[in-house]
Amino acid sequence: MDHSATTAANPAVTEAMLPYFSENFGNPSSLYSIGRQARRAIEEARQKVADLIGAKKEEIIFTGSGTESDNLAIKGIAYKNRKKGDHIITSSIEHHAVLHVCKYLESQGFKVTYLPVNKDGIVNPADVEKAITSQTILITIMHANNEIGTLQPLEDIGKIAREKNIPFHTDAVQTAGKLPLDVEALGVSLLSMSAHKMYGPKGVGALYLRKGIFIEPLFHGGGHERNLRSGTENVPGIVGFGKAAELAKQRFPEEAKLADLRDRLIKGVLEIKDSYLNGHPTKRLPNNANFRFSYIEGESMILNLDMKGVSASTGSACSSTSLEPSHVLMAIGLKPEEAHGSLRLTLGLGNTQDDVDYVVSVLPEIVNKLRMISPLGR
Amino acid sequence: MTDGYSEKVMEHFANPRNVGEIKDADGIGKVGNPVCGDVMWIYIKVKDDRLEDVKFKTFGCGAAIATSSMITEMAKGKTLEEALKISRGNVADALDGLPPIKMHCSNLAADGLHAAIKDYLEKSGKKMELPKIETAEEHG
Repeated sequence: MDHSATTAANPAVTEAMLPYFSENFGNPSSLYSIGRQARRAIEEARQKVADLIGAKKEEIIFTGSGTESDNLAIKGIAYKNRKKGDHIITSSIEHHAVLHVCKYLESQGFKVTYLPVNKDGIVNPADVEKAITSQTILITIMHANNEIGTLQPLEDIGKIAREKNIPFHTDAVQTAGKLPLDVEALGVSLLSMSAHKMYGPKGVGALYLRKGIFIEPLFHGGGHERNLRSGTENVPGIVGFGKAAELAKQRFPEEAKLADLRDRLIKGVLEIKDSYLNGHPTKRLPNNANFRFSYIEGESMILNLDMKGVSASTGSACSSTSLEPSHVLMAIGLKPEEAHGSLRLTLGLGNTQDDVDYVVSVLPEIVNKLRMISPLGR
Repeated sequence: MTDGYSEKVMEHFANPRNVGEIKDADGIGKVGNPVCGDVMWIYIKVKDDRLEDVKFKTFGCGAAIATSSMITEMAKGKTLEEALKISRGNVADALDGLPPIKMHCSNLAADGLHAAIKDYLEKSGKKMELPKIETAEEHG
């Protein structure tokens, strides 16, 4: 139950990709027929990805990952508007693909406001409005948090951005392909997504760039992707992304049903003494549940769950290479020792009620075992 | 995570030895810090300068639990002098190694044992040469 980390590519996706490794190996920039075939395949995929979020085909730029899309959006806007202003607004719970880009830009002389969140992990749109200055060139707020699943009030923030005429970017890597998105309704001018979170291949992402918004490219070269992302296109990857987007759109009702499983999981797990839900009870991804358990540490929970055949993840420092507890859990006001005891379970379409009931049945035993070993909480 | 752990670490983690408190312990060593994610309490029972019993309670990751379990096995039956010679490196070696990132933060068991012996010596008024004990603060 770690589907927010990645998903397996759908067999229909790999099938769609296969011909583009061998028989249709043409370079889309070549003018002869196999090149033209590859070009056509890319443009079809572009249309499908655009359809997924209510965008126009020419507003989609293919990249190598969600991280690259975030980099292209944020640095692209920053470098393009350097003369206009130097201020960026973001939140304190962004993915590192946004946070570390902002930190980098600070080292380059930009100023960044990191907005706080409430205890559920939600940004207050009034705070966004207050943070805007005459120097603000970008607002970047994620759609759903990858750890605690909280959904941000993008429509409200989008309205403010539109009124003030400031480009508004969102990292929608966790929601694109999972929730129906409409860039018009959300009021965003840039949106990042990634194929492998929606049962597509790894190594391909996309950036939605609203017509009339201009960015500097990160890569210079042959002028691919409207001169915004030079480099020969990853044709099989892009075709796979297109197929994954097409399938995702048909699957929205199924994805929404995951919320029932999620709520069953939350209800079952919270029966455990001294356990808590991290994030908002309802304004969260339909597949995300994030808990914390007093007196025990997350990595040892994950190892025990793994022995029972369940994959999960944690915000504990002990499972990361940084040795810092999750910045998201710290931002919602948890103490480091509370953040260490967190456990994230994210559901996928393959999960059933039996899977949920199994986790609910094995978890109390694991928590008890670790609490017996722990010197805390007495 | 599990990729980095040896079979021996996983075996000790899954079946930790000597878990619990010793009610009338002769010495207790408390090391680590909940902020860092590892807290280790080592209890010892001493008879004729020998560790008659060693038990532990640990809050922490797989490495923290496995090293605690391992040191209780290594120390039991040893003289105080022998037990003081057990180093962090010895514990890691006995577990067929630890992932590099865990060597520093979670490999506290030797410190915990030494702290328990120090506590015993203080309580009983005995004197012995002690190795330098690294404190929890150094693991911030």
